[in-house]
Amino acid sequence: MNLNKQSVHLSDLKPGQKGIIKDLSACPDASALMEMGCIPGEAITMVARAPLGDPITVKVSGYRLSLRKQQAREIAIQEAALVS
Amino acid sequence: MGKQEPKIALVGNPNCGKSSIFNALTGLNQKIGNYPGVTVDKKTGHFSLDNGQFVKITDLPGTYSIYPKSQDEEIVYDVLLDPQHPEHPDTLVVVVDASNLKRNLLLCSQVLDLQMPTLVVLSMTDIVEREGSSLDIALLKEELGVPVIPVNARKQSGLQELKRALENPVAPSSQVFCPASKKYQSFIDAAQEVYPKESPYLLMQYAINPKSFHYLPAEKLTFLQALAEQHGLKQSQFQAEETLQRYQRINRILQQALQLNTTLNENLTDKLDRLLTHRFWGYVILVGILFAIFQAIFTLAAYPMDLVESGTSLLSEWLLNTLPAGWGTDLLVNGVIAGVGGVVIFIPQIAILFGFLTIMEETGYMARVSYLTDRLMRSAGLNGKSVIPLMSGLACAIPAVMAARNIGNWKERLITILVTPLMSCSARLPVYTILISLVIPNNYVLGFISLQGLTLLGLYLLGLVTAMAVAFVLSRLIRTAERSLFLLEMPIYRPPRWRNVLLTMYEKAKIFTLEAGKVILVISIILWFLASYGPQDIGWEVGPKAQTEAQDIPGQTTAEAVQLRNSFAGHFGKVIEPAIAPLGFDWKMGIALITSFAAREVFVGTMATIYSVEAGDEDVETVRERMQADTKPGTDQPVYTLATGLSLMVFFAFAMQCMSTLAIVRRETKSWKWPMVQLVYMTGLAYVASLITYQLMA
Repeated sequence: MNLNKQSVHLSDLKPGQKGIIKDLSACPDASALMEMGCIPGEAITMVARAPLGDPITVKVSGYRLSLRKQQAREIAIQEAALVS
Repeated sequence: MGKQEPKIALVGNPNCGKSSIFNALTGLNQKIGNYPGVTVDKKTGHFSLDNGQFVKITDLPGTYSIYPKSQDEEIVYDVLLDPQHPEHPDTLVVVVDASNLKRNLLLCSQVLDLQMPTLVVLSMTDIVEREGSSLDIALLKEELGVPVIPVNARKQSGLQELKRALENPVAPSSQVFCPASKKYQSFIDAAQEVYPKESPYLLMQYAINPKSFHYLPAEKLTFLQALAEQHGLKQSQFQAEETLQRYQRINRILQQALQLNTTLNENLTDKLDRLLTHRFWGYVILVGILFAIFQAIFTLAAYPMDLVESGTSLLSEWLLNTLPAGWGTDLLVNGVIAGVGGVVIFIPQIAILFGFLTIMEETGYMARVSYLTDRLMRSAGLNGKSVIPLMSGLACAIPAVMAARNIGNWKERLITILVTPLMSCSARLPVYTILISLVIPNNYVLGFISLQGLTLLGLYLLGLVTAMAVAFVLSRLIRTAERSLFLLEMPIYRPPRWRNVLLTMYEKAKIFTLEAGKVILVISIILWFLASYGPQDIGWEVGPKAQTEAQDIPGQTTAEAVQLRNSFAGHFGKVIEPAIAPLGFDWKMGIALITSFAAREVFVGTMATIYSVEAGDEDVETVRERMQADTKPGTDQPVYTLATGLSLMVFFAFAMQCMSTLAIVRRETKSWKWPMVQLVYMTGLAYVASLITYQLMA
């Protein structure tokens, strides 16, 4: 499935879309994200964006977490797992 | 067990139901204290086991992992890892939210690997059942290696089992949940050779976070740090690795132990969120809720406040009539009772505000408020989490400044602390009330909007807008390399636990009474002295010019009025009069300004003293009438014109007139620098804003 080399990030998901966390190496706050359950291999679903487009809410590890768009841009997710 | 009372500590994630269990065990038998050095809300309480043994229990702030990210989490690290800490528990009770097992088990697993005596309490099992999911508790127990007790604090079930389990000594976990990876074995071997009694996990924590363990002997830290370097043990790498490993094991356990019912795709929380965080309705509802709370505070609190007021004046009157006249009675009535009454009067508003805040927190709505406002707050240099301190600031800046602790970013936390006192706290309310009734006509706009009410609302908005503007400026002045982080759990919605709400109201009222009460009481007594005695009373020479004639002060209470003018307070007022005259204030207001630098609410009391209303009686109507009748010397123009009144209100809106807040800010920021910055910028702002107001209006 190498459609193109561009990687997909959490921020690219639309509400309701699901992905699998691939890589956190671009996140300066990786350890904080990990202890909140955002770990590579874990499924993550975009739930909603706040009214002003930022922050966003996701479902991960069985609960809802909100984080800023900037942080979501740094979380690489697996393209293949993109299902609406 | 030893002769000392056994100590247990409650640890767990935020929102895991820890406080409910703490409240269910201790009831009113709890107290909030401070840790020496850093002050962090710690709650301790006592309860007894069925065998009569008393147990001391500490409720630690909620945290997601053992690694501290904010100041309130630091304390958990301290208490758990420092065996010398006064609260270091004999037994740990880890509360695990069964409806959110995966993430809750991370902290639980880390705590287990400290190899201390530990019990696991499983909360929210009713939610799991309602969802139709099933959890194999026996399997969980086996995997964790410690007793697992389901407790439902709402229904009071499981508490007996928990108490029974605490009767006998608890053993540490029989196994290591997450053994360190092979590459660290050489470090562990070398470290345990010197410190054989300590668990590998604990030794690794000491080695990678030496800064947090100031209490350990320096040579131990240096040794472990050198050892860590030698064996390639690095903090960030180790933390990431172990978090991953732990989640892997947790996932394996949950695959077997937890049967999730996934047929329910959309639950109540999703539905409510769609409405409450809607791009339009979300804000409409937020503003509506805030407005309703604001209204409720003033209407609901009015009744108990009236009671306190009339109670104080009845007591004063009775004491004046019963006790022999003299300075002792005078001190008791005009100093002590007036002071205590001035504190007690704010308890209803503070309790009601915190009642609402707790309901918002308990139901899960507070996280949505942060979520909805983060973007706006960020443009002012704050964080969505700043909303809670700012809103608490409407009641009282003291608990509000403490509530800023959960903001992890130092700069955002500092700015929040610095601007919170600009929010109109309840101590400003009596000042606004009396001044508004003096200078704003009781007219209605459009027939139903009260002009007086509108002015009051305007003053609150003035505080809010200024807080935002100052935050914006400060965020450009204060520099930091720390990245702003916003990671917030959005808990599921659930009905508030009324027991927690009531206990919080009681608790906050108590903290306020003790913290602010001490200061206000002392100030009232000092003020009474300064207003009752003057330089000539202690034999100082006073020039004839300084003596004032009775006509300076209206009304028939000439002797008392002259006494006040010639008192220490009167002299102070005259000294600062030239500085405050451009703001439209006279020497009497000057006295009130000086005294209200201790606490704003002193203003009304001072005015009462100054206008010599029946000693000690703070009945606002009478003070108000006297103030209204007051004229400028030599003319029949009223002293309280619209310009003077507005200028005075603006001054109170901005000035840093609260010693207790300054003291709390010093404790929270651990330096005198920031309270001084606050004092100077707020008072400077007050002076300039009042000057502009008066000069424009006059």
